Amino acid sequence: MRKVSLDSINKVFGKISESNKLYLPVDGSDGVAVYTEWSEGKEWSNALNTVRSPKDFFFPQVENLMEFKTSGKNIELVDIRDEKEDFVIFGVRACDVRSFDILDRVFLSDPVDSFYASRREHGIIVSVACSKPSETCFCTTFGIDATNPAGDVTAWKTEDSVYFKANTEKGEAFMKKIEDLTEECDDSAVTAQKEKIAKIMEKLPLANLSADAFGGGKTDTFFNAPEWDELSATCLGCGTCTFVCPTCQCYDIKDFNTGNGVIRYRCWDSCMYSEFTKMAHGNNRISQKERFRQRFMHKLVYYPENNEGIFGCVGCGRCLAKCPISMNIVKVMKKIGGNKSE
Amino acid sequence: MNNMEETLIPKIGVITDVRIDTPDIKTFRVVTPDGKKAFDHRPGQCAMLSIPGVGEAMFSITSSPTNTEYMEFSIKKCGCVTEWLHQAEVGQQITIRGPYGNPFPVDDVFAGKNLLFIAGGVGLAPLRSVINYCRHYRDRYGDIDIVYGSRSKDDLLDYKEIIEEWSQDAGVNVHLTIDNPQEGWDGHVGFVPNFVKELGFDTNKTAVLCGPPIMIKFTLEGLISLGFDKTQVYTTLELRMKCGVGKCGRCNVGSKYVCKDGPVFRCDELEELPDEY
Amino acid sequence: MQKITQNQLVEKAVSLLTDGTVSAVLGWKKGEFDYDITPAVFKTADEIKENFVWNDFCGANFSKYLVAQAGKHEGKILVFLKPCDTYSFNQLLTEHRFDREKVYAVGIPCEGMADIAKVKELVGDGIVSIEADGDSLKVSTLYEDAPALVNAKDVMAERCVNCKSKKHVAYDELMGEDGIVLESNRFDEVARLEAMTPDERFAFWQNELSRCIRCNACRDACPACTCEKCVFDNPASSVENKAPANSFEEKMFHIIRAFHVAGRCTDCGECSRVCPQNIPLHLLNRKFIKDINEFYGEYQAGAEVGLRAPLVDYTTEDLEPGEVFDRGDKDA
Repeated sequence: MRKVSLDSINKVFGKISESNKLYLPVDGSDGVAVYTEWSEGKEWSNALNTVRSPKDFFFPQVENLMEFKTSGKNIELVDIRDEKEDFVIFGVRACDVRSFDILDRVFLSDPVDSFYASRREHGIIVSVACSKPSETCFCTTFGIDATNPAGDVTAWKTEDSVYFKANTEKGEAFMKKIEDLTEECDDSAVTAQKEKIAKIMEKLPLANLSADAFGGGKTDTFFNAPEWDELSATCLGCGTCTFVCPTCQCYDIKDFNTGNGVIRYRCWDSCMYSEFTKMAHGNNRISQKERFRQRFMHKLVYYPENNEGIFGCVGCGRCLAKCPISMNIVKVMKKIGGNKSE
Repeated sequence: MNNMEETLIPKIGVITDVRIDTPDIKTFRVVTPDGKKAFDHRPGQCAMLSIPGVGEAMFSITSSPTNTEYMEFSIKKCGCVTEWLHQAEVGQQITIRGPYGNPFPVDDVFAGKNLLFIAGGVGLAPLRSVINYCRHYRDRYGDIDIVYGSRSKDDLLDYKEIIEEWSQDAGVNVHLTIDNPQEGWDGHVGFVPNFVKELGFDTNKTAVLCGPPIMIKFTLEGLISLGFDKTQVYTTLELRMKCGVGKCGRCNVGSKYVCKDGPVFRCDELEELPDEY
Repeated sequence: MQKITQNQLVEKAVSLLTDGTVSAVLGWKKGEFDYDITPAVFKTADEIKENFVWNDFCGANFSKYLVAQAGKHEGKILVFLKPCDTYSFNQLLTEHRFDREKVYAVGIPCEGMADIAKVKELVGDGIVSIEADGDSLKVSTLYEDAPALVNAKDVMAERCVNCKSKKHVAYDELMGEDGIVLESNRFDEVARLEAMTPDERFAFWQNELSRCIRCNACRDACPACTCEKCVFDNPASSVENKAPANSFEEKMFHIIRAFHVAGRCTDCGECSRVCPQNIPLHLLNRKFIKDINEFYGEYQAGAEVGLRAPLVDYTTEDLEPGEVFDRGDKDA
């Protein structure tokens, strides 16, 4: 394990930025943390998490896929994929790191999505353990350890230092770059922090939330549950949950006519939107209840069925904080799965 | 340059023939600009066709894989992309990518069996690729019965081929019907589900169904009343699709992605899916 | 902080439900924490007694839900309306969006709602409970042994700080006392923006709107946005888009939406309350209201049912278009 004093962390950022683009949570003008490219003067935010999740780096909200030039009856296709450069995402929380695994299973399964794959290959993830979990956190429900996140490098931030441990080759290469700025140390401070935070995690209001009622093979059990009516009654169908969620992966492919060509791009879409399943012959999900149900069935039943029991939720709590009408996956799990949180 | 293979990036195709089949269905012949098939496929699979700036949509490949010269698509005019295609001329380039979807099990499950094809309207399009495959490898299959119905005789797709080729094959029985009586038609009149019951098929067959959802529902009921089991009946579904490879979520029903786990499903597999298709 | 209590509202709802005046109740439902209140439709007295909540976090405006809910139930639906909600109620009625006969409206007084983000800024994270304590909120967290006492006025939502009216302009029954229309400073921030140079103003909005993720929460929460098919969801409109293809587009969405609701926006503040990125969208709408007041005379949408909005009405006192152009020239 190596460490650097918290006062000198900007030197680390400076060193890394010499060779790679470095992104980390920085407080915006509205006080909300957002992943920003580091430059001299930018301060690493103390916020628990950002509103926009780091899935943006691998699965951006808008991504141009290819371009076309048409003339008369002819079409010319231009492959605009370029080689990405290595970049570092610093300060990723355990929940968001797990979300990358969930997205990998979709985008890196055959046929591999080359857009996602190339970004993922070049991304170096430095995760940081949580020191002040929020009441909206429930990563433990999905087996995630907030005190020991995965990633190429795991970091722990204490009152005076930042500790690092490399986990992969990419991580070791990262550590090599900042070798001169860091010093060897033992892991006593880290162990102490892990224990302290673990105790806090046990006291969180949602600590006892269990996902045991859900999983693959439960389509029949839950699809026709009468509770869906009540849960979806006041859902606005706005899609905020989908867009702040680190694991939501639905997208749309559209063409944009620039005036002298066509760009085919993909952009985030939401199964909550009324037009999502609309086709020439109608729409198989005509009311908000069906769309609401689809999103949660996908995360709690369909995704685990196709992915060895892994759930499509990481307990980051963003939907708890951001839904305009305070509906969220916790309320769904408790109502439909009959959970008690005592 | 990213040199990885990318299924979302299509090939360029060109329309070399446009045949008007019915008032709202045209059949398009597509090859690459140098005159070859864009790719090989298996019966029942589909391809994504697009016109840049208009849109992209999934269509079943109606020609059999045994046709080595070109691919055919029978397309009904009902939305943006199809409307645009319907006014396209020979020589128009389009983009094409595929093949997508799981095909009909023509080489394992169907081998050696008697086959009963039941189609309604444009639903004949995907089944035609299977029918012509089976006709090409005729001795691998038993009796072939084809029940096909449409609104009127002008709405019967592939009519010429049905009369001049399919009906003429040994061991192939064609049963046509139209919904309402029409002058110039002295064949059967009535809806496909009732026609199937009237014909009273023996259950020693494997059935393949395709057509409007309501036709599939009632025909399946009809087959069951004749003694068929759901495990003997196959169908192919249609949903809005965007990526075609089970990632974008649009065609996700239950734990299946219709573009990747389907569009061909056995009817007992459909039971396990929520009623959302 | 609220003058009327949860018990009073629960009693009212239960009595109206059990005596058959209404067959459903639109109210605020208890969540996991004391501040995550969900709008809900209550059908039984037991549900109301167990889950109905009334506290400083009941900002949600129910008027828009009436479009879907009124007429969906056997009898009438009860809706609790704070003063600001009553303006949206009238505006929706003016636009014939729901059947008045199917609704039983109860006006309730409001001293202002709290903004959880402001509470967290003062007190920190890990909140386990929030209780009202006179004019304060007692906030207990995981990280402090003793609960913090926060002055409710310090954490009030922006739209409540600039409350425009404590008067209920629509109700079948009123609980508590009615209030009056207030002199508020709600156009101060708009005036501040107007005083900026065009470059400064552009930089301000560029900074705010670049955070927009096109989640559509503002549109879906807004009582003035009740189009069954929004222009932004319509492929034939050419502005249909789920994500900005360029940075101009994300501004275009908000400017177009502000224009579409101009003259019908009652300044209820829901748009800013629901925005996950804290964009002060209400400022755009308030600018339009300020302009409408100046160009066409003082106008408050929803003050009465049947008011003709200035933009769909013509009088000979209307401002000449040239005046607006001249005014724009002054700013340049």
